[in-house]
Amino acid sequence: MSNRLFGPLDPAPDAGWEDPPARKGFLTDTSICIGCKACEVACKEWNAIPEDGLSLLGSSYDNTGSLGASTWRHVAFIEQPTGATRSGASVDLGMPSVGLRDAGAGTGATAGTGATAVPEASPERADFRWLMSSDVCKHCTHAACLDVCPTGSLFRTEFGTVVVQDDICNGCGYCVPACPFGVIERRTDDAGRADGSGAPAKVKKAERVPEKRVRDKNVGIAQKCTLCYDRLEAGNTPACAQACPTQSIQFGDVDELRERAHARMEQLHAQGVPEARLYGADPEDGIGGAGAMFLLLDEPEVYGLPPDPVVTTRDLPAMWKKAGFAALALLGGAAASFIGGRS
Amino acid sequence: MSTPGEAETTYGRWPDDDRLKGQRRRDAQSAAARGLRRGRDQVTGLADLVERGIGGRRGGGDGERAMVPEATFTSYYGRPVVKPSPWKADIPAYFFLGGVAAGSSLLGAGADLTDRPALRRASRLGALAGISLSMAALVHDLGRPSRFLNMQRVVRPTSPMSVGTWVLSLYGPLAGLAAMAELGGLLPHALRGPARLLATTGRPAGIGAALVAPVVASYTAVLLSDTATPTWHDAHRHLPFLFVGSAAAASGGLAMITSPVGQAGPARRMAVGGALLEFAVDQRMEAAMGLTAEPLHQGKAGTYLQIAKVLNTIGVAGAVLLGRRSRTASVISGAALVAGSACTRFGIFEAGQQSARDPKYTVVPQRERLNRGEGTHG
Repeated sequence: MSNRLFGPLDPAPDAGWEDPPARKGFLTDTSICIGCKACEVACKEWNAIPEDGLSLLGSSYDNTGSLGASTWRHVAFIEQPTGATRSGASVDLGMPSVGLRDAGAGTGATAGTGATAVPEASPERADFRWLMSSDVCKHCTHAACLDVCPTGSLFRTEFGTVVVQDDICNGCGYCVPACPFGVIERRTDDAGRADGSGAPAKVKKAERVPEKRVRDKNVGIAQKCTLCYDRLEAGNTPACAQACPTQSIQFGDVDELRERAHARMEQLHAQGVPEARLYGADPEDGIGGAGAMFLLLDEPEVYGLPPDPVVTTRDLPAMWKKAGFAALALLGGAAASFIGGRS
Repeated sequence: MSTPGEAETTYGRWPDDDRLKGQRRRDAQSAAARGLRRGRDQVTGLADLVERGIGGRRGGGDGERAMVPEATFTSYYGRPVVKPSPWKADIPAYFFLGGVAAGSSLLGAGADLTDRPALRRASRLGALAGISLSMAALVHDLGRPSRFLNMQRVVRPTSPMSVGTWVLSLYGPLAGLAAMAELGGLLPHALRGPARLLATTGRPAGIGAALVAPVVASYTAVLLSDTATPTWHDAHRHLPFLFVGSAAAASGGLAMITSPVGQAGPARRMAVGGALLEFAVDQRMEAAMGLTAEPLHQGKAGTYLQIAKVLNTIGVAGAVLLGRRSRTASVISGAALVAGSACTRFGIFEAGQQSARDPKYTVVPQRERLNRGEGTHG
């Protein structure tokens, strides 16, 4: 009872499951991710998630952007200068370029930092590293999305994961700003509408209707990773973990994955990778520990993850208390308005 | 303009909910421009702070110096960490109208008990109009409006929206019944019986509505604060007081418009008190918030809140100096207070949306917490 809003907790029994199976989750070991995006594809295919934009984003090999209603796995790509050159000077990748790149980039930076200048065309490729990481819903122990859902559409499964029931969700959108990781999102149609009210755009011929139907599935409804609830119930591995060719994405019991994560981090530290760190693996953290944890090679914010996320409901008792005082203040103020004056 | 090389290596900003290609291209251009600016600030002003997580090459460096160093932080291509709510103008309108309704119910009950029939009638009708429009806005905002009733499947204290749904389910019928009592007199002679019944239920219903009303006015603050949206969450200690102040100002202002000055005394006092509370709370709130108070002064939010302050000042001055004497002045200052309250709600709403779109407001406070060795532990 004590840790229902904050602190370590086993979520499935707390949600009322009697004798549930062990909590399931992911360990994403980014040190062996090769950025193949097989997880993204497998996830889309298995869950029949509609296409959500095929534009070039200009962010390395990441043209997916971020997690969202129709992106439940997202591989981040970071091209990172390392060592002394990381602050301002750059490494030439031999990529074709356009425009004023050499006008002041190198010199301006080094003038300010006093760092050793690295010529634009320097072949110092050792000073460069790739960071790649497959992001996913964290399936928090204390899931803000679930706690704020006013319909009960979001629920805790027997595996301790958090899943949206798409036939219950009324698209209120509250879960979207509640998530401290920016994972869950309300699906929009092609025209960006959430309510599905727009006239179907181009589809008129009968044979194209099924395609449109898949495309507009669950428009107006919040969507996110289910940790492949359907596959779990059949005793299978989630699609992304199944498809991962390097076992960067590992699926299993959360307790065991946590041990494995610590062992791997120590191994990497011993091998001279001191920057290896765990994310979401501490049941004492602001979300009570994640069901999907990560081994990262840099600060979380480098990967677009919040460095110290806290479930918003930690402060909810304080908020209700203040709201109660404010309500009393309004009641008292209104009464005083009638008692106080002449007219 | 963005070249491929620059766009990929500098800060960008991407509206996460916007998957339209044309929009993305425009954003890429402006993001690249912003990125260049930030890049300069970095290399000229903050030499020892290292930024990572971005490709490497940074443009700019033409010697332009930042007067005030920006908070330096790392992000993933400048993209937001948390998602802004998908809510549109419906939601701040819903807060505003709910506040109007709540305050009006309080005025209606007070007027009923102190024998001010004109104020009572205007306030009860105002409450019904406010809550009806408020509910319409709320339903319109849903992704699936036809599933509105799904909110009545569960009672969930951890969800302010669930609590609010139930509070409104209690408040709406009471406010409606109180308003119906005012309309009873308009019924034809043949329906005298029902009219009399309505008249007798008016007072208990009105008092019931007035007792629930303060919660209607304050819970919406919890609804905003119980999110990961930095500006909304960080305001959680003060926002309920700001919102009840805003509700009092709006409902008092409305009654100043709709009631004769002879009976509108309590409305004036409530409106002025509400607006003054708003001023006072706003000061304390911003002082307590730190970095995440910044969006309250920027962009659309800054404009709304600036206008709200001007309107509230006009309204308070008008109500205090001329409200008792002139109906015209009363209407004008009442209208200013109503509009000021609406601007406050829209301003707070927009400030949160802005804070969610910029990763700075998510990353910097958390990073500073960790750097101070105050990382969160359960």
